[in-house]
Amino acid sequence: MSTTLLLAILLVIAAVAFVLGRMRAGALSQGRSSALHSRPNYYGAFVALAAFLPSLILVAVWLTISPFVINSAVRDTFPQEVKNQSEAQQSLAHGMVTTIARGLPFLTEEEIAGIRQDPSTLQSVFAARRFAVAAEAQPYMLDSAATLNAMSQTSRTTLSALALLLSIVGAFFALRMVAPRFRARNQVERVMLWSLLLASSIAILTTVGIVASMATEALRFFTMVPAHEFFFGTVWDPRFAGAGASSSGQFGLIPLLAGTLYIGFVAMLVAVPVGLFAAIYMAEYASPRMRSTAKPLLEVLAGIPTIVYGFFALVTVGPFLRDISAQLSGLVTGDYTSFIEAQSVITAGIVMGIMLIPYVSSLSDDIITAVPRALRDGSLGLGATRSETIKRVILPAALPGIVGALLMTASRAIGETMIVVLAAGVAARMQLNPFEPMTTVTVKIVNQLTGDLEFTSPQTLVAFALGITLFCITLALNIYALYIVRKYREQYE
Amino acid sequence: MTEAATEELLDKKMNAVPLKMVGKDVSVYYGDKRALYDVNLNVRENTVTALIGPSGCGKSTFLRTLNRMNDTIDGCRVTGTITLDGDDIYDSSIDVVELRARVGMVFQKPNPFPKSIYENVAYGPRIHGLAKSKADLDQVVEQSLQKAGLWNEVKDRLHEGGTGLSGGQQQRLCIARAVAVSPEVILMDEPCSALDPIATARVEELIHELRTNFTIVIVTHSMQQAARVSQRTAMFHLGNLVEENDTDKMFTNPDDQRTQDYIMGRFG
Ligand SMILES: Nc1ncnc2c1ncn2[C@@H]1O[C@H](COP(=O)(O)OP(=O)(O)O)[C@@H](O)[C@H]1O
Ligand SMILES: [Mg+2]
Repeated sequence: MSTTLLLAILLVIAAVAFVLGRMRAGALSQGRSSALHSRPNYYGAFVALAAFLPSLILVAVWLTISPFVINSAVRDTFPQEVKNQSEAQQSLAHGMVTTIARGLPFLTEEEIAGIRQDPSTLQSVFAARRFAVAAEAQPYMLDSAATLNAMSQTSRTTLSALALLLSIVGAFFALRMVAPRFRARNQVERVMLWSLLLASSIAILTTVGIVASMATEALRFFTMVPAHEFFFGTVWDPRFAGAGASSSGQFGLIPLLAGTLYIGFVAMLVAVPVGLFAAIYMAEYASPRMRSTAKPLLEVLAGIPTIVYGFFALVTVGPFLRDISAQLSGLVTGDYTSFIEAQSVITAGIVMGIMLIPYVSSLSDDIITAVPRALRDGSLGLGATRSETIKRVILPAALPGIVGALLMTASRAIGETMIVVLAAGVAARMQLNPFEPMTTVTVKIVNQLTGDLEFTSPQTLVAFALGITLFCITLALNIYALYIVRKYREQYE
Repeated sequence: MTEAATEELLDKKMNAVPLKMVGKDVSVYYGDKRALYDVNLNVRENTVTALIGPSGCGKSTFLRTLNRMNDTIDGCRVTGTITLDGDDIYDSSIDVVELRARVGMVFQKPNPFPKSIYENVAYGPRIHGLAKSKADLDQVVEQSLQKAGLWNEVKDRLHEGGTGLSGGQQQRLCIARAVAVSPEVILMDEPCSALDPIATARVEELIHELRTNFTIVIVTHSMQQAARVSQRTAMFHLGNLVEENDTDKMFTNPDDQRTQDYIMGRFG
């Protein structure tokens, strides 16, 4: 039977087990709920879990392992000369066998006999049934496919039988365990606890996995390029081997890091004052009605995909800055050449700053509103004005939290890619003029990983070294921010 | 002397004390909900006036009208007149900041700022420009802490955080903070409700001493406290002022049946 049907049946068994467990608990208590350790529903839930969970685990494990077992068994049936071929060839043969196996049940006896006579007709017969077979079939494939089908069939039947049996046995023993002093609630809660733990460990394990995979690739890079050349190199020029260069180029991190920090700095210069003032207005001055409309509107900005901000930079802000600088220099010197390039640090910084405003304002707003009303009243009660209260009591009290929020925002600025590509270009340059293009770490990661690549050359592996560097920077920022925010929380309560 | 004659004499004596604040037909609304009904209440100079009554009867609300702290609550509206030394404090010519400097406030829960003890006390004088120099300010801080009976306990740790003090010390710090602005009236909203009995006794003692320099209005839910610290008592019930009288008379022979019931603990 199919997996879906099997699971459905298991669920039905679990439901029945639930009812039985509850009824049994009810019968044992003879109507006095105090006679039971837990409420009857917990007994029901315990029996249901005992019926369902072991079978579910069995199904999951079986479905994970059985394909491997069957595959190797099927490959065993291949003739010796196929086994002697390369791994790629064997894979191909195996793929064909799988397709044939899928089509086989739809063929009539005569058709199968016909194919046995002349394997070359297989492709056309299968095509008529809308199964595409890649190449001319070999006679042995038909047998292998039959073996495959047979084994799958056996596997399924065995699994179904075992799972159902396990389910019923589980329910039976759980039912036997139901007794007034049996601590059903504790058992059920333990299962819940484990499932919660499982969920959270999946997230953590994934992170660990990502870091580990990045780290191994980065280590391979450092075997090809010395770490000090990467971390302290001031030239970024990763020539691709195809360009006919003798060396593999230079992989200096510094220009990229400088660009990242420079653009991030300009962005924060825009985002921090505007966001903070917006937050102060929202938290302290806005009427409830104003707040309830303006705050969501501001937060909509946070939902705009950054590529859209990129367009905005490319089409509007960049040309605007270029034109206005041309006008300005024209007014001053009479020479109408613009001193701001359309793609520049300042364009990317301004647009990224606009993107960050809602983060700064909504995080700071939450922090400012969290300052207890008692402090506000205390200050107002002493005859301080609203602005004195904000400047001297509320902001100092909220400062650690705001700094934490700003650090988190900064780590977003560092990770941003699309805006930079469109607004500041992809040229890795080391310079201080904000009106000229520069680029960032993330942009270069994308750059190195686009196109047709092999993951063996330093040109591609450098992306992982860049990635892990960036990861470390943002992680450090975030940890520091969390630390500050937590310290600030302890201050009240 | 007859009882009536004694009473008359007492009344005369008390009536001789000038009125610091006068509330006339004061009503307060929170949105559509009315919290106070035409309250007429006088606050006498250098006197401790206690406001008592079951919770929710409007004591805090009335107290807050006296320095317009109700202005900070959305949707709160005050009608009637309240005067301070004869001037209507709700008049548009009155600067609420100036008013709150003259009528200070101490809250139910101690709420020191997350700053040093010194900065807490110096806060008011700083914003009102009361001290010309650093030495001046030091002096104001010392005097205020002394008046609040806290100087000896904190003089060696003036620059440590005010939130690190015990609850009772924090409340006295808040009193020092209010005193530092040299107000004429100090409003206290259940200043001891978050304190233990010993800290409460300290604060009550302090209120006694402060009376010589300040006019005090105190909200309290404790009958004994009202009896101990105040000279005049006003009893509120369901937003109405039930009775206002000398504290001695109030607790021995109240005019109103409801006051008697409340004091005897029949409701509340
Ligand atoms: N900020 C507020 N908003 C709305 N209603 C309030 C507010 N503060 C107090 N009230 C209402 O006004 C009435 C009087 O409250 P309050 O003056 O705090 O009473 P008390 O201090 O005597 O316990 C109560 O019914 C209370 O619910
Ligand atoms: Mg109150």
